Amino acid sequence: MSATGPALTRRDTTAVERGPDPVRITLSVNGTEHSLDVEPRVSLLDALREHLDLTGAKKGCDQGTCGACTVWVDGRRVLACLTLALTCEGHEVTTIEGLAPEAEPHPLQRAFVEHDAFQCGYCTPGQIMSAVALIEEGHAGDDAEIKEWMSGNICRCAAYPNIRAAIRAVRDQT
Amino acid sequence: MRPIAYLRATDAANAVEAVSTDPTSDFLAGGTTEVDLLRQEVLNPRRLVDINDLPLTGIEGTPEGGLRIGALARMSDVAAAPVVRERFPMLAQVLESGASAQLRNMASMGGNLLQRVRCSYFRDAESPCNKREPGTGCSAIKGFSRGHAVLGTSEHCIATHPSDVAVALVALDARVRTLGPKGERTYAVDDFFLVPGDSPHREHPMEHGELITGIEVPATPVARRSLYLKVRDRASYEFALVSVAAALSVADGTIADVRMALGGVATKPWRARRAEDFLVGAATDPDGFRMAARVEMADARPTPLNAFKVELAQRAIVRALRTLSDGPGAGPAPRPGTGSPS
Repeated sequence: MSATGPALTRRDTTAVERGPDPVRITLSVNGTEHSLDVEPRVSLLDALREHLDLTGAKKGCDQGTCGACTVWVDGRRVLACLTLALTCEGHEVTTIEGLAPEAEPHPLQRAFVEHDAFQCGYCTPGQIMSAVALIEEGHAGDDAEIKEWMSGNICRCAAYPNIRAAIRAVRDQT
Repeated sequence: MRPIAYLRATDAANAVEAVSTDPTSDFLAGGTTEVDLLRQEVLNPRRLVDINDLPLTGIEGTPEGGLRIGALARMSDVAAAPVVRERFPMLAQVLESGASAQLRNMASMGGNLLQRVRCSYFRDAESPCNKREPGTGCSAIKGFSRGHAVLGTSEHCIATHPSDVAVALVALDARVRTLGPKGERTYAVDDFFLVPGDSPHREHPMEHGELITGIEVPATPVARRSLYLKVRDRASYEFALVSVAAALSVADGTIADVRMALGGVATKPWRARRAEDFLVGAATDPDGFRMAARVEMADARPTPLNAFKVELAQRAIVRALRTLSDGPGAGPAPRPGTGSPS
């Protein structure tokens, strides 16, 4: 930890206040750098959907309770609705559109189709971004663990048993 | 959400200066409370000072057997740290019982302590609320209060403190380190959380612009046999109705040491000192556990809608103590001070 030195040592800083009007930021999304003009209050979710036309991440609750907006920042699953776009400068954002850069779907996308892991599909991009991370984290050991570590992704069609089946299938492939 | 300005701080001193000299600036860490309440216009700062680049993310064991946790360490990283899991199993358990995997990847430890209450009247940005707008009254006392507190309440506020990890930290006698315009300070965690009294808008003793830099957990050998029991309306991703953080060491059938704190029932993370005092030196006997639980909850002041919490808390206390005294880990207390610093 830092901040153990003398309090409030004055230093020059390059930090400058930006906004509240739109400011030019650079976001690295799915391996591509984008320049866009956004107000500081704009969430990562709105920046992706409204400015970059990456509409995979969904706006369900917009208050951090449903998980439909789950994306990765520096490889970690987070909620894009509670993340401000400006805070992502200098970090790598991955959305469902960048999960399988080639034409082939990701194995978990294929497994969702094979196991009928969705009905309306609205929560599915968030479910998949969360589930791929879940498997990489090593939290897909059994159904109880999958349930607990996927609890941040709500599915109002209640496709949960089939979502777990898709996750198990990909877990067992790897 | 109202328009807002943004400053990314480059070191802790700059961050503290930027906020302490501007009453309309707030710190931004993980954002899981702040952005939510900005959007609902419960919080309306002019400017956010982003502290996420500050080097306050360390998680390390101390040579004495304690922990030092940086304020910006994320809940998920603290829960996964081997030194935390080995020395303070309750702490890992409590962190993984809170929020969701995504939120735990975002939320900082310092921000967790400062998260705002879940009282719907506080969060609707409209109802009278002494916490949001001092002097306007408390809508919860005669309103929908099922989730509200029964301990530490006042006629001005009955909102429950929402943090899980703070409950464990209170049981463990942790310390909160801060940096403010007047320099560094250290608070005992139990003193860091204020009961509402007649000033519910004051939730902690820090001044504006004072920044949590870290959390220190002292070596606590009794914590090697500890647990966090959380009772809630659904099995995951839900705040506690009642929770118990407890640690117990037993020698020859007698309680040698015990730590206990309660969540979900009080206006601050509630150290159960009365129960502790009752239990130390007593036999590990269910009747004694029940009496300790009753003693702790004797001053509870429930509303008609949350009266169930008084009984539920007592049962949860007894369950936690029985689990610890009967569990597979029961037996001689673990040797103090084992485990290498890392």
